[in-house]
Amino acid sequence: MRRLRSLTDIAAPSTTEAGIPVAVPDGESHGLSHATSTGISNEKLAMWCFLGSECLLFGGLISTYLLYKDKAVRGPKPHELYAIPFTSVSSFVLLMSSLTMVLAVSAIQRGDQRALRAWIATTALLGATFISGQVYEFSVFLKEGMGFTTNAASSAFFTLTGFHGVHVTIGIVMLLSVLVLSLRGRLPQERAEAVEIVGLYWHFVDVVWILIFTVVYLIK
Amino acid sequence: MTDATATAIPHDAHGDVGVTAHHTPSDGHYVRVALFLAVATALEVILSYTALHGIALLVPLLVVMAIKFVIVASHFMHLRFDDKLLSKIFYTGLLLATGVYIAALSSLHVFAGK
Repeated sequence: MRRLRSLTDIAAPSTTEAGIPVAVPDGESHGLSHATSTGISNEKLAMWCFLGSECLLFGGLISTYLLYKDKAVRGPKPHELYAIPFTSVSSFVLLMSSLTMVLAVSAIQRGDQRALRAWIATTALLGATFISGQVYEFSVFLKEGMGFTTNAASSAFFTLTGFHGVHVTIGIVMLLSVLVLSLRGRLPQERAEAVEIVGLYWHFVDVVWILIFTVVYLIK
Repeated sequence: MTDATATAIPHDAHGDVGVTAHHTPSDGHYVRVALFLAVATALEVILSYTALHGIALLVPLLVVMAIKFVIVASHFMHLRFDDKLLSKIFYTGLLLATGVYIAALSSLHVFAGK
């Protein structure tokens, strides 16, 4: 018989006199989680399944870009307008936001609320910087005559990078929600997994950008 | 038979009994990983400015990209330290997407003549 691990055991493990950990029924510890047959909380498992499905979404968008990138009947092609140094800095900013995010998760796991707030705020700021860069890049492209409907290549480019930008923006909203919850005292150390799940989403938008940066911007 | 209210003996990804939480790396470890990723990104940009072209440029860029991807997923997303089921779910989705779209693009001759 496979025995179970409850998230409540992770947050505050209970043990018998013999030292064997026992599952705490829901609501008797912190009332935050449920015992699951996998030992992984439902929320975390759901986020990973969602991220797995997101791979298919972004795979489709990247493939569409590859299919249409050289098909511009009129107007400039996206790769004729790229400013690689600028996009490289944006990529570095997003990469460093993954570091600050993981430091935020580490902070709440050791119960350091001040560090959690500082790292979450920094992550949101870095994310906003990345989005500002993307808005600036889009505005330059528009001035150069490449709009969303200029040609098939530009449509594929704006759809791909726009979808990614929307994901980053949603991530920023999630980070700000975490910050507000922490300021209101509703994110104790026992709820560290909630921050970890937000972190998983944030790191995912980072890994997607790793793919986009190389496939779309660097490979001619 | 599985009983959610039964006495539970926690197990980690390796099946060790009595482990109640997964291994969490230190903050210094994360900083070192981030530095490596920054250097890898700089290497990618430098490669794109070299005289290399075609397959000679494509292969190193894709290799560095894959390394960066796996490192973020393994270390920042904790796949290396979490239950292996999570790795299976994520990488199954990723490999499925990669296979499906490579097949689709190949059928549309996207890679032909490049």
